[in-house]
Amino acid sequence: MAFIEAAGLTKTYTPKGASPVHALDGLDLEVPQSTVTALLGPNGAGKTTTVKVLTTLTQPTAGSARIDGIDVLAHPERIRPIIGVSGQYAAVDENLTGFENLDMVGRLYHLGAAQSRVRAQELITLFDLEEAKNRPVKGFSGGMRRRIDLAGALVTRPKVLFLDEPTTGLDPRSRLGMWDIITGLVSQGTTVLLTTQYLEEADQLADSISVIDDGRVIAEGTSDELKASIGGQRVEITLVDPGDSATTVEVLRRFGNSEPTTAAEGRELTVNASDAPAALQGILAELGSRSIRLFDAGMRRPTLDDVFLRLTGHSATAETSDAVPTKKMKRAAKKEKSRS
Amino acid sequence: MTTTNTGSGSALSHWFSDGWITTRRNLIKIKRVPDILVFTTLQPIMFVLLFTYVYAGVINIPGSSYKEFIMAGIFAQTIVFGSTYSGSAMAQDLKDGIIDRFRTLPMSPSAVLIGRTNGDLFINALSLVVMMVTGFIVGWRIRSSLLEALGAIALLLLFAYAFSWVMAFIGMSVRSPEVINNVSFLILFPLTFISNAFVPSNTLPTPLRVFAEFNPVSALVSAVRNLFGNTPPNSPIADNWAQQNPEITVLIGIVLLLVVFVPLAIRKFASVSSR
Repeated sequence: MAFIEAAGLTKTYTPKGASPVHALDGLDLEVPQSTVTALLGPNGAGKTTTVKVLTTLTQPTAGSARIDGIDVLAHPERIRPIIGVSGQYAAVDENLTGFENLDMVGRLYHLGAAQSRVRAQELITLFDLEEAKNRPVKGFSGGMRRRIDLAGALVTRPKVLFLDEPTTGLDPRSRLGMWDIITGLVSQGTTVLLTTQYLEEADQLADSISVIDDGRVIAEGTSDELKASIGGQRVEITLVDPGDSATTVEVLRRFGNSEPTTAAEGRELTVNASDAPAALQGILAELGSRSIRLFDAGMRRPTLDDVFLRLTGHSATAETSDAVPTKKMKRAAKKEKSRS
Repeated sequence: MTTTNTGSGSALSHWFSDGWITTRRNLIKIKRVPDILVFTTLQPIMFVLLFTYVYAGVINIPGSSYKEFIMAGIFAQTIVFGSTYSGSAMAQDLKDGIIDRFRTLPMSPSAVLIGRTNGDLFINALSLVVMMVTGFIVGWRIRSSLLEALGAIALLLLFAYAFSWVMAFIGMSVRSPEVINNVSFLILFPLTFISNAFVPSNTLPTPLRVFAEFNPVSALVSAVRNLFGNTPPNSPIADNWAQQNPEITVLIGIVLLLVVFVPLAIRKFASVSSR
C-alpha cells in the first residue's frame, strides 16, 4: 500500500459572476514509502491545491486522501503530527530570529522546552544557518528564509515531507544548495512529495514524476520514462536559406525518431532523437555534403514545455484553458483583435 | 533517526502552552518593531496633551473641568484603536503564509488567535499606563475608590480585548492588511467621535445624539467616567437604560462580543489559507 494515497480529488471554486473553476478535477496520486514523487505542472495546474488538501489546509469538494493509512479529511489532527510542510512562500516570522522561529515550531509540535531548543540548534548546524541564528529573519535573503522554513518543516523528523515549489524564485546557487539538502533528506528515507514547474528539478530529485494539468494527472513515470515518451533529446537546426527547408526535413526524418517540426518560415527545424549526439553528427555530415549553409545547430534536453506540448497539445507556460478570463486578458484580446 | 515525538501532556496543558508560545511571538514583535512601541506610547501622550490644552479652554463642562471629563474619552478611543492591530496582523500573517504553517502544526486551533489578542491586550495595558501618567501630570485626578478605579481599568481592557477578536475575525475575512487599516479608521472614527467621549452627548444635534446614546463606546466612556469619579455633578442622564446603567451595559457588551466572535474567529481560522 502506498504511503500517500489520493483518489478522485476534486476542488471546485465558484467565483462571483463566473463559471466554476476546477482547481482539481479527479486527481489520483500514489506515493510509495521512502520515495520522492514530484508533481510537475505549470502555474494553475493544481499542484498547490493538491498539497493543501494533503496537508489539511483545504477540504476538497470530492475525493479521498490517506497518509500512512490515516484518513486526511476525517482525522486532520492525526495527520498534522506526522507531516512537515514547506510552502511556496517562506512562512517564517520576520521579526523572530532563525533560532526563535525553529524553537517556536518545536514548542508548537509539543516537543517540550528543552528538546525544542536542542532540535533548533541541531537544525541551525545542519542547514548552515549560524548567521541567522540570533538575528531577526527580516534582514536575510530569500534563500536563507527558505532554508529556515524547510528546517521548520523538519523539526519533528516527519514521516512525510511536502515541498511546494521549494526553489521557485531562488537564484541558481541557492537552488543547487536546496537540491543538496533535499537529496540528503531523501537518503535518510523520508517520504517526499514535491511540486515543481521545472522538469530538471523533478529529474534531479524525484524517483517518480506525476505530470499534472487542469487538475488531473496526465502522465506518470520515472524521469527516463517521461523523456522517452517524448522521444529523448532534441536536435535543432537553423538554416541560412529557407529554400533548403524541404531537403533538411528529409535528412532530419532519416536521423531522428519523430516527424520534424519547422518554425520561422522553414528556417528553424527540430526533430527528436534517442541518441542525439549521433543524430547530430550524422545530420551535420549529410547537410555538409549537400553544401547546405547553417546559421546554428545543436541539441537540447526536453523541457517541461516539450512534455506538455506532447501530452496536452498546449504549451506549459500559456494560460490553462479553463482559467477564468480576467478583465486584463479580455482587454488584451480586444486589442489584439483591433490590431489585426 | 529517533521516532517522531509529539510530546506528552494533557490537551489543557497543550492549550496553555500553545497560547503562551504564540503570545510570546507577538511580544517579541513589539520589542523588535519600534514603530509599534512608539505609536502606542507617543500617540496617547499626544492625544492627552492635544485635548486637554487645545480644547480645555473653549469647552466648558458645568461643575467640572474639561480635563477631567475628557480623559475617559481618550482612554476609550485609544484602546479601541489599539485592538485594530489584531485585524491587520491576522491579515498580514495570512498573506505571508504563516497561518498556513501554523495550521499544519498539531496545535490548538485557537492558539494563534489567543496569542494575537493577548498581544493587543499587552499593548493596550501599556498605552493605558502611559495615558494615566500623562493625565496625572496635566491635572487629571481619580476621584473614586481604588476598587472603582481598578474596575474602570478592567472594563477598558476587557472591552478592547473583546474588540480584538472582532478585528481578528474581520482581518481574516478581508485578508488585506491595507484595507483593514482603512476600514477600521472609517468605522472607528465615527464610532469614537459620535459619542460622549469628547463632548457631552446632550450637546449634539438630535440624530447624532440618538446615535451617541446607543453607541457602545458611549456606554464604555460613561462607565469609565463614573468609575474614575469624573462624571460632572448634575449632568443630564440620557433617557435610556444603557446610559443609566453603563457599567452593566458594557459588561453585557463584552460578553456578547466574546460569545459571538470567539467561536466565529476560531472557525474562520480553521478554514482560511493563503491565496
